[in-house]
Amino acid sequence: MPDPLLRTEALVAHYGDFQALFGIDMHADEGETIAVIGANGAGKTTFLRSLTGLLRGAPTSIRFAGQPIGGMAPDRIVRLGIAMVPEGRRLFPSLSVRENLLLGGYPRRKGPWDLRRVEALFPILAERARQPATSLSGGQQQMVAIGRALMSNPRLLLCDEISLGLAPIIIRDIYATLPRIGAEGTTVLVVEQDTNQVLAAADRVYCLLEGRVSLEGPAASLSRAEIARAYLGAH
Amino acid sequence: MSLLADLPNAILQGVLLGGLYALVAAGLSLIFGVMRLVNIAHGDLIVLASYIAYAVISATGLHPLLSLVIVIPMMATIGYGLQRLILNRTVGPDILPPLLVTFGLSVMIQNGLLEVFSADSRKLQAGPIETIAVSLPGGLAVGVLPVLMFALAVAVIGGLQLVFYRTELGRAFRATSDDPEVAQLMGINHAHLFGLAMALALAVCGVAGVLMGIRGIFDPSIGPPRLLFAFEAVIIGGLGSLWGTLAGGILLGVAQGIGAAIDPGWQILMGHLVFLLVLVLRPRGLFARAPA
Repeated sequence: MPDPLLRTEALVAHYGDFQALFGIDMHADEGETIAVIGANGAGKTTFLRSLTGLLRGAPTSIRFAGQPIGGMAPDRIVRLGIAMVPEGRRLFPSLSVRENLLLGGYPRRKGPWDLRRVEALFPILAERARQPATSLSGGQQQMVAIGRALMSNPRLLLCDEISLGLAPIIIRDIYATLPRIGAEGTTVLVVEQDTNQVLAAADRVYCLLEGRVSLEGPAASLSRAEIARAYLGAH
Repeated sequence: MSLLADLPNAILQGVLLGGLYALVAAGLSLIFGVMRLVNIAHGDLIVLASYIAYAVISATGLHPLLSLVIVIPMMATIGYGLQRLILNRTVGPDILPPLLVTFGLSVMIQNGLLEVFSADSRKLQAGPIETIAVSLPGGLAVGVLPVLMFALAVAVIGGLQLVFYRTELGRAFRATSDDPEVAQLMGINHAHLFGLAMALALAVCGVAGVLMGIRGIFDPSIGPPRLLFAFEAVIIGGLGSLWGTLAGGILLGVAQGIGAAIDPGWQILMGHLVFLLVLVLRPRGLFARAPA
């Protein structure tokens, strides 16, 4: 069996004395869409910070395309092909919409995505190209954040809470673009607190609870009761 | 009567001097903008550039303006090395370590220059061009060299502006200034980018050092006053705006020119007073970017 694109083994993470992750084992195969769900404080964002190198871990606890990347600097990890849509979008306020997108292409990775194709995926971004990125509506800003990540032509796209603070109809539009991204062969890993949209979009689900995986399996085979128990803990 | 008659000339000379102040300030502004580092050694690095030019001219007989061809790359190299080897270890959320380290650097440069070049005052000789002047209507006269230096200063600041707003490197600088963490997630290597920023800043210091060295005498202890004028120009103009820094430098130069026309002892004082006035009336500076 070939190596999965991403595999974490016994991944732990600390903030000072506080331990946030207690041995996460997961994997994502090429082309899959993975959902990581869990309540506030379950360790979802910490997990993504470890994958992107913002939190340093043991080298072999994270393997990407067979290569150990735990503890590698964030800018090197991007160049290997992991891009992140950060929570709260975190666009660069001094840059225009187009400049935000162009900066996403800084690593110069070859692949299907370039400015033209990203603006075709989100046509509104071509119309608003010259505006300051933070002058757009929340949904449009989320499109910039996703487009910016795609510009680096990632093999693995990490999305942190892309539905946070957006109206349901906008969330539906954003999620409608995920299959088009996956169709290019990109593996997508979506982290969400709100499970409704993400369960419909994902192939497989991991549920985190207090820094551990409390449930995993194909999205279609998990019952609502199982998910609720894994999400909230057995109280 | 005499003051009023002198005023147009004082303003003109002040504008020309202000271009140089802006050039001195531009590197300081750039470094603070990109990496939130206040470089206390900035003035001394400019004096270092003056001495490097002095040594190059002594060894090769080049004209001071031509010595820029050697001084600029040397200063840029020093800047990159300084940032990678020393200053990168100090930048972070706390702004105190870089302040202390660059203060130490300032002391070291001053004493190093004193050791090598002695305390004697030096000047870069630009030859006959120094005394050529053009008469303007209204009885004004303006030196060709100051005008040339002013034009060079404006061109350098315009060039920096282009780098910042029209190039990929400039986008990376602005993004890192906005949000260093997310900039890393875009594949930007901070250590290298900060090295490039310092290289660019010290290249500008190289130009400033040569022009200041042609304009007047220098000695190893003159860095701190240059730093002071640079700070004033940056703060008058408003942080984060290069054209604002140019305007700040010119305002400072004009204030000093008018002060000198009233009484030679008032030259520096008048500059400080205008600076204080701006701080009281518009603490964020005249051309500050809107708060994010």
